Amino acid sequence: MRGLQFPLNQTQRVRLQSALQQLQDVASKSTASVTVADTIPVSNEDGILKGHGTSELNGEVVATLCGVVERVNKLVYVRSLRSRYKPEVGDIIVGRVIEIAPKRWRLEINFSQDAVLMLSSMNLPDGIQRRRTAVDELNMRSIFEENDVICAEVRGFQRDGSLQLQARSQKYGKLTRGQMLTVPAYLVKRRKHHFHHLQQYGVDLILGCNGYVWVGEHVEVRENDMVVDQKNKLDETQVQSLVSFETRQFVCRIANAVRLLAALGFALLVEVIVDTVEASVLSNVAIKDMLGAEFYVQTAEREVQRRLSLMKRRS
Amino acid sequence: MEHVDPLTGFRQDGRRVNEMRQIRGEIGVVAKADGSAQFEMGNTKVIAAVYGPREVQNKNQQINNQALVRCEYSMANFSTGDRKRKPKGDRRSTEISLVIRQTMEACILTHLMPRSQIDIYVQVLQADGGTRSACINAATLALADAGIPMRDLVTSCSAGYLCSTPLLDLNYSEDSAGGPDVTVGILAKTDKVTLLQMDAKLPMDIFENVMQLAIEGCKAIANYIREVLGENTKELEYRRGS
Repeated sequence: MRGLQFPLNQTQRVRLQSALQQLQDVASKSTASVTVADTIPVSNEDGILKGHGTSELNGEVVATLCGVVERVNKLVYVRSLRSRYKPEVGDIIVGRVIEIAPKRWRLEINFSQDAVLMLSSMNLPDGIQRRRTAVDELNMRSIFEENDVICAEVRGFQRDGSLQLQARSQKYGKLTRGQMLTVPAYLVKRRKHHFHHLQQYGVDLILGCNGYVWVGEHVEVRENDMVVDQKNKLDETQVQSLVSFETRQFVCRIANAVRLLAALGFALLVEVIVDTVEASVLSNVAIKDMLGAEFYVQTAEREVQRRLSLMKRRS
Repeated sequence: MEHVDPLTGFRQDGRRVNEMRQIRGEIGVVAKADGSAQFEMGNTKVIAAVYGPREVQNKNQQINNQALVRCEYSMANFSTGDRKRKPKGDRRSTEISLVIRQTMEACILTHLMPRSQIDIYVQVLQADGGTRSACINAATLALADAGIPMRDLVTSCSAGYLCSTPLLDLNYSEDSAGGPDVTVGILAKTDKVTLLQMDAKLPMDIFENVMQLAIEGCKAIANYIREVLGENTKELEYRRGS
């Protein structure tokens, strides 16, 4: 079953229902949702452009997806909800290495195909710009191994339709010491920032556009000072191998907040995630109880309040 | 056996001749699938899960200009009256897998997802006649839930001819009575037939009546499925917020 499964008692059920009803009332009425094979009303005078999720049938524009009709000038398209990730150039994504091929890694990113990260489109760990040699190619496994979780950026589509990634900055690369969560991709909206450093918790939160969310210990982004001798590096890794208990707890708390919001089907915004975490701390909810019935209902009610106050501020 | 009461015109289970069983569809029953649905027609209960479009598992099956659609049909051991272990991939289930695959492939816009693969898994949880139709309806719901672009909604319904009357949506006892059984699958909006199966002989004029009845059934199911999908889409949208 999708979402969380737990028995709600009578009051909780009523509260949840009323909260969801309020959400429905708050939601703008102007959005037109369509299902497969619904006709999309268009005024015939001006020529229109049919975008994704539409097709033409007997002179009518017909939806081929379930979703929401979006109109931009003459363009009419259907924004699908629950579907796999559709990459756009520049998206920040989190993925998992599944294969090492010559000069490239193959990543699973919740797209209809595997993405490709070329060795040449990422910074070398020593931070020097140079041609990738055969030695580098042989040492690929020392950079990323199979099953590593990686953060990268969508570079573009290849001529043959395959997806290319790049990781040309220190902020991209291997993600360690944290949790990867899978949420439906439509819950993550494209924003200016997808990397979030939650300072109060010492935790990094990466909301990948592909619906993979990373919650992990904060890592300082170092600017090309990676040239350290081997001995120093060893010391560093030993010191780093201890993640404090506090941080681990916060990682779990934030991860549970993300799980909870995803189960409720609310959009994953940093503000909302932090709000949820703060509320759980304030009301002394144990980490495991964050996925319980009571907090589930409370979160729904808090979201109603948030949206209502947003509405007020706008009007 | 009397399948239609000559006096009252009711069938054994209390339905009229042109009455369907109660239908119910539910979306999102398998957590990890991209799309999933459960569909019930009376006592027939079917669950469908769709995975994909995803990377093709077997590279030499990859098609360069369209998606590969695969389908697997299975019957749970507990689905029938007598509990027996059925070998996976027996003739019947292979045939139905093929039928479902072809029907669904006709409506999926496969050319939009080149070099990828879509897996449809359907399992019968409770069999009471018309599993084929129920599977197709469940698969349609699951595909729409997975956000896979489709030409139209495919719906399916069966009809039979017993006691000199066309009957809509046969249940198990009527199905096993030995009369002709027509399973029809149509594209609801365009009124195109994508599936038509009959394993017996029927005179032309009667066949047309029976098929017309089945098409009426398909349309009723399509209306219901559209309703379910619409509600689901609305809910996802307002929950997500703007």
